[in-house]
Amino acid sequence: MAILVGRETRVIVQGLTGRAATFHVGRMLDYGTRVVGGVTPGKGGSRHLDLPVFDTVAQAVQETGANASLVFVPPDRAADAMIEAIRAGIPLLVCVTERVPLLDMVRVRQALDGSATRLIGPNSQGVLAPKVAQLGVMSTASAARGSVGIVSRSASLTSEIVAQVTRAGLGQSTTVGIGGDPVHGLTLAECVELFVEDDDTQGIILVGEIGGSDEEQAAETIARLRPKKPIVALVAGRHAPKLRRMGHAGAFTTERAGSAAQKIDALKAAGVQIAPNARQVGEMMRDALSSSRH
Amino acid sequence: MDLHEFQAKELLARFGISVPRGQVVDSASDAEKAAEKLAGSRFVVKAQIKAGDRAQHGGVRFAASPRAVGTEAGALLGKRIATAQTPAAGLPVKWVYVEEAVDVAQALYVAVVLDRITGRPLLLASAQGGDDIEARAEHDPDIIQSIPLTIGDAAADGDFSGLAARIGLTGAAATAAEHLFRQLTTAFVALDASLLEINPLALVDGNRLIALDAKLAIDDNALFRHADLRGLRDFTVRDESDPVELEAQHHQINYIRMKGDIGVLVNGAGLALATLDMLCDAGGRPANFMDIRTTASSLDIARGFQLILENPAVRSILVNVHGGGMQACDTIAEGIGIAVRRYAGREMPIVICMAGNHAEFARTVLQNTGVRYIAGNTPWDAVQKAVASAQKEQPSWLSSLVAKRV
Repeated sequence: MAILVGRETRVIVQGLTGRAATFHVGRMLDYGTRVVGGVTPGKGGSRHLDLPVFDTVAQAVQETGANASLVFVPPDRAADAMIEAIRAGIPLLVCVTERVPLLDMVRVRQALDGSATRLIGPNSQGVLAPKVAQLGVMSTASAARGSVGIVSRSASLTSEIVAQVTRAGLGQSTTVGIGGDPVHGLTLAECVELFVEDDDTQGIILVGEIGGSDEEQAAETIARLRPKKPIVALVAGRHAPKLRRMGHAGAFTTERAGSAAQKIDALKAAGVQIAPNARQVGEMMRDALSSSRH
Repeated sequence: MDLHEFQAKELLARFGISVPRGQVVDSASDAEKAAEKLAGSRFVVKAQIKAGDRAQHGGVRFAASPRAVGTEAGALLGKRIATAQTPAAGLPVKWVYVEEAVDVAQALYVAVVLDRITGRPLLLASAQGGDDIEARAEHDPDIIQSIPLTIGDAAADGDFSGLAARIGLTGAAATAAEHLFRQLTTAFVALDASLLEINPLALVDGNRLIALDAKLAIDDNALFRHADLRGLRDFTVRDESDPVELEAQHHQINYIRMKGDIGVLVNGAGLALATLDMLCDAGGRPANFMDIRTTASSLDIARGFQLILENPAVRSILVNVHGGGMQACDTIAEGIGIAVRRYAGREMPIVICMAGNHAEFARTVLQNTGVRYIAGNTPWDAVQKAVASAQKEQPSWLSSLVAKRV
C-alpha cells in the first residue's frame, strides 16, 4: 500500500513533551496516525496528549509494541536519541531535527551499521502515506492517495510537487524526505529501489538538488534495476549562486560530484526523464504514466 | 566556519602538532617588530585569506631581514588576492602572518575530510604535497592515499601505520607520520571540524613533521559545545562577512547576494533553488538567494524582506512560499506586512504566490496589513509576473507619459 509505513505502523515519539512535538503529534493524531506513546527521560509514567510517556525507548517498545520512532529531540541530544532507538531495535526511525552536528551523524551512521534500523533523516520532513499515516512535519493539505512515489531532499519543494501531482489527478503512494544534511540515513537510491519494488507505486518522482552525490548514486541504482515504471527527476540549483571552497581536500572525495549538470547527465543516462524546472513535474508524470499504459 | 591560517595553527598547536613560530599583524611596522622578536635569519610573510593557492598568486613572500619583512607586509596589506578559490575580485588582505622560514626537505600532504557516501571521515595523505597537488592528482590519483576513520567520543581510529606505509614512508619518518595522523584526527574530532588540511607538511631532519600551512573549518552546527570557538567566529565573521548576509543570518535567514534585479523570498532551500531556476528560465535575473528557515519569526521575516526592499538594484520582488508544518504561510505574510509598513522607501511591484498550510489565512493577513501585491496563481505564474514587472517598471515621468498616450 505504501513504502516504509502502513496501517500496522505503531509510532512512538522521542521528545514528545516538547513544544514542537506537541503541535505536530497533534496533527499526526488528527491525520489518523497510530501514535502509541512518547519518550522523555525523567517524565516516564506521565501522560501527554493522552499518550503514555516513558523514560526510555526500550520501555516504550516493550509496553506499546511500537515499530517506529519519530525523533523530535533538539540538536544537542538528537544523536543520542537516535542511537538509543537503534540499540532498542526500532525498525523505522525518522528524525526531523535540523542542525545536528556532523560528527554526531557520523556516530549515528556507525551505530546503524549491522543494526536492524532504517533511518530517515535527520533534517527530514518525514514520511507521508496519504490517508494511512503521517510521520513528520510536512503539509498534508495537498496530498491525496494515489500511485506516485515521491522522494526528495527538501521539504517545501516536495510540498509544491505533491500539490502538482494531486492537481494532475494522480495522488501519491508515499512521499519521503530523506533530509538535507550531508550525512543522513536512507539515500535517494535506496528509496527509489523501495518504490520500484512497491506494487502500489506506478511512477516515481525524484526531487534532487545540487551538492553531495545522492542523485548520482540513484542514477546507478536505476541503471542497474532498469525499472518499467516511469521515473521523472527534478534537480534544483542550476542557477544557484556559486559558493566558495577552501583547500583541495574536497576535490579528492565524492565532493567532486554535485553540480546540477552532472546529476542531470547521470540521471538522463540511466533513462530518467528530466523535468526542465519545477513547473510541470506533475504533468510530466501524468503524461509518462498514460503513455506507459498504452 | 572557515578559520584563518593563524587561528588554525594556534588550535592545532594545542594538540601537540608542530607549527613554525609566528605572529599575526595588521601593519608593516608591527610585521617588522614581529620578525625582530622571532630573531631568525629567514622569514615568511603570508597573506591571511581563506583560500588555497595563495603562494602561486603572490600571497606568500620570503624575506631575509626584519626590514624586508616590513616591506613585504606593506606590499600585501590592503591588497586583494584572487585565486581559483576566491571570488573573481579576490579577497582583501587585512592581516599578514609573519613566521620563521623552515627548510623543507620533503613536502607532504595530509587532510581529514568527510566522505558523504559512506558517512565517514577519511584521512588523506600524500608524500608529494604542495600547492599544485590537485592538478597532479588529476593525472596520477595514486599519489593520494586514504583510509576511513572510526569516530569515538574524543578521538578517531584508523590504520595509521598502513597509511604511512602506503605513501612510502619508512623508519623514523613513518613513525613521525603515524604520530601526527593520531594528533590530527584527535584534533578533528575534538574541534568538531568539517575539514582539516595541512599542505605542505614539511619533513625536517628525516623525523620531524611541521605544519607549514593549515586549513580548518569548524561545523557551525556543533558550535554550541565549543564556547571558546564562538569567540573566534565573532572575530572573523564580523570582519569578513557581507554585512547584509550576516544580518540575515541573525534573523534565521540564509541570504546570498546575486547580480540581478528581482528580489526573491522563499521558504526552504530546495524550493529557493527551484525558484531561482524557474526565474532564470523565464528570462529573469535574481538579485539574491533567500531561504527563510523554519525557525524564523514574523519579525525575522520582516527584516529579511526589508533587506530586499533596501537593495537599490531590485526592480520587482517575487515571494514563493509553500507553507509546511514547521512554518505556515501566515507567519510569512505577517512578516511581509510589517516590513512594508516599516519601510517608507520607493514602491515596487511585489508578486506573491502562497500555497500549503494556512495559505488562505495568509492572503487575509496580507489584505489586512495593506500589502499591495500581484497574486501569482502558481509558482510559474508568479515567476512570469515578477519578470514582466521588473522589465516593465519605468521611471515615473516615463510611465505617466505612457499612461497619457493610452
